[in-house]
Amino acid sequence: MRTADAVIIGGGPAGLAAALALYDGGVTDCLILERESSLGGILKQCIHDGFGLTRFGETLSGPEYASRFIDEVEARKIPYITDTTVIDITPEDDSAEYKIVSAAHTSGLIKVRARAVILAMGCRERTRGAISTPGTRPAGIMTAGVAQAYVNLKNRAIGKEIVILGSGDIGMIMARRLTLEGAHVQAVFEVLPYASGLPRNIQQCLNDYNIPLYLSHTITDIRGEGRLTGITVAQCDERFAPIPGTERDYECDTLILSVGLIPENELTSAAGAVLDGHTKGAVVDEFCQTTIPGVFAAGNVLHVHDLVDFVSLEAESLARGALRYLKEGSLPAAASPIVCGANIGHTIPQHVSAAGDFNLSFRVTRPMKNAVLSLTCEGKEVLKKKFRRAIPAEMIQLPVKASLLTPGKEITLSMTEAN
Amino acid sequence: MQTTLTCIVCPNGCELAIDYENQGGITVNSVSGNLCPKGEAYARQELISPTRTIATSVLVSGGTLPLVSVRINRPIPKARIFDVMNEIRALSLSAPVKAGDVLIPDVLGLGSDVIATKTVEALS
Repeated sequence: MRTADAVIIGGGPAGLAAALALYDGGVTDCLILERESSLGGILKQCIHDGFGLTRFGETLSGPEYASRFIDEVEARKIPYITDTTVIDITPEDDSAEYKIVSAAHTSGLIKVRARAVILAMGCRERTRGAISTPGTRPAGIMTAGVAQAYVNLKNRAIGKEIVILGSGDIGMIMARRLTLEGAHVQAVFEVLPYASGLPRNIQQCLNDYNIPLYLSHTITDIRGEGRLTGITVAQCDERFAPIPGTERDYECDTLILSVGLIPENELTSAAGAVLDGHTKGAVVDEFCQTTIPGVFAAGNVLHVHDLVDFVSLEAESLARGALRYLKEGSLPAAASPIVCGANIGHTIPQHVSAAGDFNLSFRVTRPMKNAVLSLTCEGKEVLKKKFRRAIPAEMIQLPVKASLLTPGKEITLSMTEAN
Repeated sequence: MQTTLTCIVCPNGCELAIDYENQGGITVNSVSGNLCPKGEAYARQELISPTRTIATSVLVSGGTLPLVSVRINRPIPKARIFDVMNEIRALSLSAPVKAGDVLIPDVLGLGSDVIATKTVEALS
C-alpha cells in the first residue's frame, strides 16, 4: 500500500496552500488527491478579478491566483493524482495512528496509508430542491456556479432573458458576466431584507449595469414546459411569506439560483468527525484539527468563506497544526469551548486548547452598525472591539491572545449594537 | 453636495460619504468612511471619471480547453466597457496561449492591455 505523511483531499485553494505549507515546513511526503482532471478547484471558472489583494497585494483573476500555487506545487514536485474521488477515511487499527484513505480512480481503487489527513474538499451550491420553489420543472433553471462553468469553461450560452434568485456573490458576478456576454439580466431577488453578497459586488456587478436588486422578495410561481417561460415574484413579510397583491410576472428563459453554499462533508461525517450544525463543517480546534486526531480541515469545507485569500491563510494555519501533530504525535486537548453569544452565527474554531495565540473567524447573524464585539472567559470580559459595520456577508477575523484566556474555561463571543 | 458610494477597491466595501461641488467640473471637498487612502482616491475618480476592469473569455482553436480567460490589466473608463468587449470578442486565437500573454496591447488606445489569465496548451 502506498504511504504518505499527509494526504490532502482536494486540489483547490485550500488543498494547494496546505500542501505547500506542509512541504515547506519539512513534511515533503504529501499526496494530493483531486476529483477533477486538473488542480485549481473552483478558481478555474472564477475568471473575474479581485483575488489576491490580501495574499499577494495585487488583484488577480481566479486562474491566476490558482496558478501561483499550482506552479509552486509543480516546482516542488509534490505528487498529486487527478480524476480521483476519495470514498472513505478509516483508522488503520485501534491506535488510529494511521488512517487509510480509499479513493476511486479510473485505474481502480487507490489506498493510501497516511498519518495525517487534510480535508480540503470545498463546498457545493444549494439547489432548487433545497429551497422548495413552486411551479413546473422546466430546463433553464440552474445554480450560479453551474451557469459560471457553462459560460466560462464550456463556451455555452445559457439563455437570453435572465432572472437571478438570491443575492450571493456568485449570482451577482454572473449577472455582470452574462450582461457582458449580451444577455439581459432583468433583476436579482433576495428573500432576506439585506443582501447576502458583498457590498462591492452590489455596486460593480449590479448597479454598474442597472440591474435592480429587490430585497424581501420571493418566487411564487415557475412556468414553462420543456423550457422555462416565466416566473412570478412577490414581496414577502418578515416571516418570508408572500404578501398577496404584490405579485409581478417576469418572462424569462433562465433562472439562476444563488442561494447559498454548503460545505461538502459526507466524507468527514462518515469518518466520524463531529459536525457543526450551523457551519455544516467539522468542529475544529485552533489547529484546524477535527474531533478525529490527525484529521484536519480548512477552507470552504470547514466554513464558507467570501474571500479565497482567507482560505489560503486558513490552510497555512492548518499546516502549522498538522506539522506539529506529525512531529509530536498529538496536539493539546481543546478543553475550552467557544460559545456563540448575541448575534454571532458561528465561530471557527469551535473549541480551543488556548495553549497559544489563535485567529477566531466568525459571522454575525444580522447587519449591524456601530457594533461592539465582546469576548468573555468565565463570564469576565477579556477583549472588546468596535466595528463601524458588521454584516452577515462578511466573515470577520479576530486575533486572540492566549494570555487573555484561562485554559479549560468557557469562552463566549458576542456582538451588540451600541446606541 | 453630499453623496454616498460603496468603495470597490477591496472586499471591505467601505461606505464612503462624499462632500463635493459641481460648478463647471466636480471638486471633491471631503471623503469619509474609508478605512484606507485608496478609498479617497476611488471616490474622487468615481465622481470625476469612473473606471473599471473587466474579465471575459476568448475562443481558442486547437487547444486543450475551448476558452482562455482574459482580463484587462489597467482600469478603463466605465463608459467604454462594451467597446472593449467588442474588441475582445473579435479576437481569434490558436493554442498555445500562455497566461500573461498580451492579446491586445493598448486596447482602443485606452492604455490598458488585454492579457490571458490562463494557459491553454496546444492539443498534441
